[in-house]
Amino acid sequence: MTPSLNVGSQHRWLLSLITLTVVLLSLAPSLRLLAEALSDLGQGSESPLWKVLNAASTWRALWHSVYTSGLGMLIALVLGSLFAFVITLTDIRGKAWLVFCFMLPMMIPPQVTALSWLQLFGPASPLLKSIGMAPPLGSPQPLYSAEGIALLLGIQSAPLVFLALRTSLISLPRELIEAARISGARQTQVWGQIILPVTRHGLIAGAAMAFISSLGNFGIPAMLGIPAGYYVLPTLIYQRMASFGTGVLAEMAALSLLIGVLALAGVALQQYWMNRSRFGLGGHSGRSHDFTLGRFRPAVTTALVGVLLVILVAPLAALVVSSLVPAMGVPLSFDSVTLNAYHEVIGRQGATWRAVRNSLWLAGGAALVLMLCSLPLAYRLQRLPPRLQQLTLSAIELPYALPGVVLAIACILLFVRPLPLINVALYGTLGLIFVAYLARFLVVCLKPVSASLAQLDPSLEEAAQLAGAGPWRRLTTIVLPLIAPSLFAGGLLVFLLAVNELTVSALLWSAGNETLGVLIFNLDEGGESVLASAVSVLVVLMVATLMLSLSLLAPRLPKGVVPWQG
Amino acid sequence: MAGLAIQQVTKQFGDHRAVNDLSLEIAPGEFVALLGPSGCGKTTMLRMLAGFENVTGGEIRLNDTLLASRHHHLPPEQRNMAMVFQSYALWPHMNVADNVGYPLKLRRIQGSEYQRRVAHALAQVALEPYAQRSPQELSGGQRQRVALARCLVTDPAVVLLDEPLANLDRNLRASMEHSFVDFHRRTRATMVYVTHDQSEAMAMADRIAVMRDGELVQWATPEALYRQPRSEWVASFIGQGSQLAIANGAPGQRLTESALMQGLAAAHNSRAQAARQPVLVRPEHIRVDAQAPNEHDLTGRVERLTFRGERYELHLRLPSGEALLAYHHCALEEDQQVALRLLEGWCLEPDQ
Repeated sequence: MTPSLNVGSQHRWLLSLITLTVVLLSLAPSLRLLAEALSDLGQGSESPLWKVLNAASTWRALWHSVYTSGLGMLIALVLGSLFAFVITLTDIRGKAWLVFCFMLPMMIPPQVTALSWLQLFGPASPLLKSIGMAPPLGSPQPLYSAEGIALLLGIQSAPLVFLALRTSLISLPRELIEAARISGARQTQVWGQIILPVTRHGLIAGAAMAFISSLGNFGIPAMLGIPAGYYVLPTLIYQRMASFGTGVLAEMAALSLLIGVLALAGVALQQYWMNRSRFGLGGHSGRSHDFTLGRFRPAVTTALVGVLLVILVAPLAALVVSSLVPAMGVPLSFDSVTLNAYHEVIGRQGATWRAVRNSLWLAGGAALVLMLCSLPLAYRLQRLPPRLQQLTLSAIELPYALPGVVLAIACILLFVRPLPLINVALYGTLGLIFVAYLARFLVVCLKPVSASLAQLDPSLEEAAQLAGAGPWRRLTTIVLPLIAPSLFAGGLLVFLLAVNELTVSALLWSAGNETLGVLIFNLDEGGESVLASAVSVLVVLMVATLMLSLSLLAPRLPKGVVPWQG
Repeated sequence: MAGLAIQQVTKQFGDHRAVNDLSLEIAPGEFVALLGPSGCGKTTMLRMLAGFENVTGGEIRLNDTLLASRHHHLPPEQRNMAMVFQSYALWPHMNVADNVGYPLKLRRIQGSEYQRRVAHALAQVALEPYAQRSPQELSGGQRQRVALARCLVTDPAVVLLDEPLANLDRNLRASMEHSFVDFHRRTRATMVYVTHDQSEAMAMADRIAVMRDGELVQWATPEALYRQPRSEWVASFIGQGSQLAIANGAPGQRLTESALMQGLAAAHNSRAQAARQPVLVRPEHIRVDAQAPNEHDLTGRVERLTFRGERYELHLRLPSGEALLAYHHCALEEDQQVALRLLEGWCLEPDQ
């Protein structure tokens, strides 16, 4: 290091890097969207926002969104709190496996969830046909309905409620419960009069998270709603864009604004309740409070396993069965079982390999780039004044908090014309999806790294500084080795989320640039359910493997980095 | 009024034995302290009394009721005990009055009787004006008094206290010690108090059970513990004092000045390692003469002296190389030789 490059200039350099990244990746798309949606307001009823607000379809889709998300939230609340209370508070056995299985639906891409449930029910279900329970031909698919959408949204977002509630339950000091018991409260009284009131804010925050996540979900309402002509806001935008192309961009921006505002209101609500839930509790936390189930243990265990069988095992079994039959509607037997679909997917279908390659490149590239950015970003963020740090974090969080459709529209707006100065067109290339992924997943990679840095004793670095190490040297020889597991976990989480991503890429893909998520969606839309199932089975295997490898890493990570390990 | 009988209680966590074969008879209305360094099993013992932990072996009885044994476990809510926790354990979603009244609600006491008893309990800890506050608005000492009022309200058979003063600062501790003693005097409840602070235990308890590595080392009144500690370890744990090796005496014997001085001289002359008896000499039993000693006197060299306000602590070195702690009313020079008289000593069991 040259003497002229002093500490001050190092930090300035890092600071400008942060500003640039945040402005380019996090704020620019949202601001561009806002400008487009509010453009031409002076034209009165001809302005895009006015037109959108006057259209009946907008309000219908909005009501559909609120209805399905609200119902989904209730289902998530019931499932999530059941599992959180039983697994965290009681002495039930096999907790680690129950948690893993319950968390799996959150990590399985929504279009795969939708597909597997479609394979489970309806007259063409290979599973029902194989066991001779299929309804007669021509009977309707029960999932092509608002309630079907809500059910799957609920199952997919139940882990969010589970996590929020489990976090408050684990931080509940043991003494509060013991004090109640020695005062004479029975287990049910302790639960109803102490635990529930103290953790209710966590429950509400979890419910808000489930609602926001359902609101932005695209895969489930697309696979279940579009065939029934039931549109929610994200699918309405998708359908308009698919029919009319970039001509309706301004109106779509206005629609996106609507759903964005709704989602951000949900986020604000959730933040508010999360803050309220911090009572500043003293005492020993982190230890589970064993309520003895006694003679009810077999019954409770059976109930939980039963729920898991219905929400996870049965649909996945249907998916596997569907991928092994020669064609939809053929029952599975020893004669009909075939691996043709897998041969087709892996061997012949050029589009499949292309999609796999695209998704791997996008996810791997995004994970690597974000890992590289996250360390200096988190390091410098730590040293910002608290207010500024909060603001920056909110800006970084924005593209992830907004529904994927909103980000996709914003990215189209931003890059539909060739970039000025360098004159490179990103629209219609993989590059556009890549940039969108960087914006969306930056916070996913940054959070574990920040958490790890916050836990790091500052004296470790101060000792190195006194020993004569400059900022870069400290960063690479002291900080990096200590937070490497978190950095790696962040990258792995980004990869896991990006490789299955559908919502953003559904609007941004173009011929030759399909992603894995788009491929499953297109195969199913084109009637190739068997092939779609085969791809989905492979995807689920990949997800489970990635989750297991993260679990193995978990003991070396700060608490909360691996979402399914409290 | 209830007496507690702990009979050969053992607690095993995996392959670690936290409490080993512990027996105590606690008389009705007695204030008992479980004292020992951290990790000695005292908190585990308290949690077994409360019913938060099962016993691995042995029995716990309250009067004639069996609370816990290997095959029987009465849950905490049925034991009619109360507990004060180190972290206060006040429920954050209830105000002070609701916290105090919760045990009454569980016993279905309502209406004016409920109001009267809550007000009475709060009055006893001088917290009536705070009844409608939330626990988060109170200071540490006030919170602990709320917890105490919560114990008062139901007339429990036994009150358990788990290091209740550990989170408070030094000045507050003295006044809270006073509150506990006062509470005990008025209610005459059987109290079991866990602490690692010997001065707390000595100041409050009727009897103290000293624990080490899960075992009961000594069970005695504070005075007996100070004057007649059983072993080298107890002597070093309780109070100040020096342990010397002498050639005569047997464990549990009190030595007079002459016997002690003879034993010391014999040990010094013989240099035999075999028959060494450890003896405890408290600093208040040492007379220091600052005049130049003559050849018959036991001498000591002043290594260091510490000013303690009302007196000086002298850290002396005997010719045998042993260290000795003594008090003196005025400052002495370092390296000065002084004449010493040891007025009495207490013979200890050697540690294994």
